[in-house]
Amino acid sequence: MIKNNQSDQENIEQLQKITKKLSRQIIEITTRAGSGHPSSSLSAIEIMVALYLGGIMNYRPDEPGWPDRDRFILSKGHAAPGLYAVLAEAGYFDPEMLLTLREIGSPLEGHPNMRVLPGVEASTGSLGQGLSIGLGHALAARVDGRDFQVYVMIGDGETNQGQVWEAAMTAAKYRVSNLTAILDYNKFQQTGSVNHVMPTLEPLVEKWMAFGWHTTEINGHVFDDIFSAIRNAQATDNRPHIIIAHTLKGHGLSPFEKDDVNRKHGKPLTEEEKAQALEELEAYSYDQKITSFEQRPNPNIEPPERRQ
Amino acid sequence: MDIGKKIGLTYGPPTRNAFGNALKEVGAQNQNLVVVDGDVGNSTRTQYFRDEFPDRFFNVGIAESNLIGTASGLWASGKDVLAASFACFLLCNAYDQIRMSIAFPQANIKLMGSHSGISIGEDGPSQMAIEDIALATALPNFTVIVPADAPSTKAATHAMFDREGPVYLRTGRPKVPVLYDENLDFNIGEAIQVRDGSDISIIACGLMVAIALEAAHTLSEEGIDARVIDMHTVKPLDTDAIVKAATDTGAIVTAEEHVLEGGLGAGVAHVVARHKPVPMGFVGIDNTYAESGKPEELLAKYGLMPEDIVQKVRGTLKKK
Ligand SMILES: Cc1ncc(C[n+]2csc(CCOP(=O)(O)OP(=O)(O)O)c2C)c(N)n1
Ligand SMILES: [Mg+2]
Repeated sequence: MIKNNQSDQENIEQLQKITKKLSRQIIEITTRAGSGHPSSSLSAIEIMVALYLGGIMNYRPDEPGWPDRDRFILSKGHAAPGLYAVLAEAGYFDPEMLLTLREIGSPLEGHPNMRVLPGVEASTGSLGQGLSIGLGHALAARVDGRDFQVYVMIGDGETNQGQVWEAAMTAAKYRVSNLTAILDYNKFQQTGSVNHVMPTLEPLVEKWMAFGWHTTEINGHVFDDIFSAIRNAQATDNRPHIIIAHTLKGHGLSPFEKDDVNRKHGKPLTEEEKAQALEELEAYSYDQKITSFEQRPNPNIEPPERRQ
Repeated sequence: MDIGKKIGLTYGPPTRNAFGNALKEVGAQNQNLVVVDGDVGNSTRTQYFRDEFPDRFFNVGIAESNLIGTASGLWASGKDVLAASFACFLLCNAYDQIRMSIAFPQANIKLMGSHSGISIGEDGPSQMAIEDIALATALPNFTVIVPADAPSTKAATHAMFDREGPVYLRTGRPKVPVLYDENLDFNIGEAIQVRDGSDISIIACGLMVAIALEAAHTLSEEGIDARVIDMHTVKPLDTDAIVKAATDTGAIVTAEEHVLEGGLGAGVAHVVARHKPVPMGFVGIDNTYAESGKPEELLAKYGLMPEDIVQKVRGTLKKK
């Protein structure tokens, strides 16, 4: 449950500071590892910070299997560096361990592995599967009479997968109100922009509504937006909720922005690019609201006329 | 990687690159060829084809079952079709579609799965296909090819389009040693003996052929004379080459970048048991998923290095 102090200005400034620190870690550990997905991690970072460190989720790092914990499933598992940075900050493991990302013997694998790293709720990395797993958790809460929330982060490209829509349909059938999906709408997937690969993802809000979901559309880099969306999600009875979060893949940092094909998907920054990105990150001010909200792929198709 | 360097092998491009280039050549010769991608064309190298023939290229999104179904429809309406993705997502995510829309109707569709085995390295187990050979060989009517280097991948790519019926071609991510020259004689279903020997035969596929060659070199220093066979076609297996190896050398060790169940070793054992029983040893991944790490570290940890083959050969020879 949401704690009432979290949208305090003071709290938000603290979260912004933490976000910057974790963003730095994401960039540093992927460059150090020589591989990984920093841009995919950075688009989702404020949302994960808000959930774990902004007082939204209930969890116990010293008891990762606590049955009443809220669950977060990173369905777009390649954003693992972001999840790891957040889990370390949340107290699941020593942040020093972040430096072992992708090394042999390290539980910080290229994609999250629930068998080796406490705090990871699902083994992901094959896109499309997380929302169904989240649905399973949400139904288990009902069967066991428990009161926990389930959050599932999915990619915009990931919603190409049929399984996402299978889960969407089923979650609405069972009216699971403790399931919240968050769609990281960063407008890029692997081989190109969403506009290029799957422009017919739009109209997106209407699709989820048609599947029986409550929707909130936000700027995913703005904490106020995130908190009010979560409040909306928790206020909805009888239905699953999706937060469609407009974000920037690579958080608007120029070394990522320069790649207009896929925002350096799956590529760490070079040492030189890293220096540039860290400098921009340092100078970044949350007062300059990120303006990605209006960028929508153009489906180039007219919605069909509704028959009366 | 350093595998093979000490026996003088030099490194060439990854087999996925060789595939991508050959696919482009086939596309230039055959205007009827279309390619279907699941938003990973930059990884599988079908991008080379896309850049050249954009009108005959379809990216159906991150949706492997959709990929296979679309390929099947294109085939049924008369197109020659290649569909590609990471080997794990292709075979595992879309297995029923492959079964119902390709294998069962005996569709003339070619599949290419890249990023096979654990030598992909740091991306980790979720991206590593270690079950794909078992899945593909289990399908009636399928041909399964696991080439060892760039030249043989190029040859295999051309050869599979000359073959009627479904084919699965398995390629890898890293640069690998070159074993053949460009105009090698490559025929689907005909193994290539890359080293003669009389004491034991090592039958391998993919990257493991180079590793077997290095093992054979080490063994020769101990006075063990090992034959090495590149069994690039895992289905249908070259029964004659296997029976001859069993007869000539009296012992066989297999090596593959795949789980021990249902892969090359299981297939060879089947032939050996039926036609010419001899002692056998098996090198492969033993009932486990791997982890992230550097390719060579992983090959060592999961028992796929030349030393592992050497040990397996020693043990197998004791049973002769
Ligand atoms: C089933 C499956 N197919 C393909 C891939 C390869 N892949 C990894 S990330 C990615 C793109 C994901 O795009 P999106 O969901 O938009 O995530 P983003 O990186 O933009 O956050 C792809 C195709 C995969 N991981 N899983
Ligand atoms: Mg995206």
